[in-house]
Amino acid sequence: MAIGGKEGQGAGNGMAADKQQPGKAKAQGSRAHSKGDDARPEWAEGLRALYDSVVDEPLPDSFKDLLDRLDDPSPNGSS
Amino acid sequence: MSGSKRSLSEAADFKRELAAVIPHLRAFARGLCGRPDMADDLVQETMLKAWAAQDRFEPGTSMRAWTFVILRNAYLTDMRRNRFRGEYDETVAERILVAPAGQEDPIHLADLQRALQSLPPERREALLLVGAGGFSYEEAATICGCAVGTIKSRVGRARAALTAMLEDGSIPQRSTDDAEAHRAILDELDEVAARQEEPAGD
Repeated sequence: MAIGGKEGQGAGNGMAADKQQPGKAKAQGSRAHSKGDDARPEWAEGLRALYDSVVDEPLPDSFKDLLDRLDDPSPNGSS
Repeated sequence: MSGSKRSLSEAADFKRELAAVIPHLRAFARGLCGRPDMADDLVQETMLKAWAAQDRFEPGTSMRAWTFVILRNAYLTDMRRNRFRGEYDETVAERILVAPAGQEDPIHLADLQRALQSLPPERREALLLVGAGGFSYEEAATICGCAVGTIKSRVGRARAALTAMLEDGSIPQRSTDDAEAHRAILDELDEVAARQEEPAGD
């Protein structure tokens, strides 16, 4: 898998948890939308990003079709 | 049909609100079961159930929370029928890998997704609700039908597990490759199901 695709020349990424350049990737501007716990793990933003990426996807037609079928009068007759 | 008790305009309101939460249902479902196709099946099932049960929805309350309960129950039922295999969504992970999206280190998202899928279901859903869906602990507790303290504890454990996995790189491979892990997850599900019958406490 493509995970090793960092630019790391010397990053012998083995089990040596390379804590490289802490300053570099540490999100300064990570919006903190939490009250309370300020010990937000770094991945917290990513979790929201995963969720939001699906929310922002265009809706497949199958859902619109289903919505249209919901109040299809045929099963209901009149009323 | 059950729809007859509500007026046409109420039904229209209901439908509009239902349509509005579909993207969130899809996101929650995908987080739960990891596979886009199955997640969408689950959402459609949820929509049909929600529509059939619309008389039980109180207008003015949260449609998102209400439908999440339905989705969650459908998921647990399907899980027990072994429909979902705890696979994670590689395609989304890959797509996010190439999308900048302001993420400094997008590589972590693929890891994150895989790590998320390796969590026990009840911790995964708690973390999804609170950490991704933005529900309060109280709302999440209502959705899961358990105590607020239980949700807090599950979220805390899920966070700790993810942090540990992501920090020391001990993220499991695809859980489908790991029958052991899969069985463990199903065992946990039985526990979750059993616990639903009584007030939970972790």
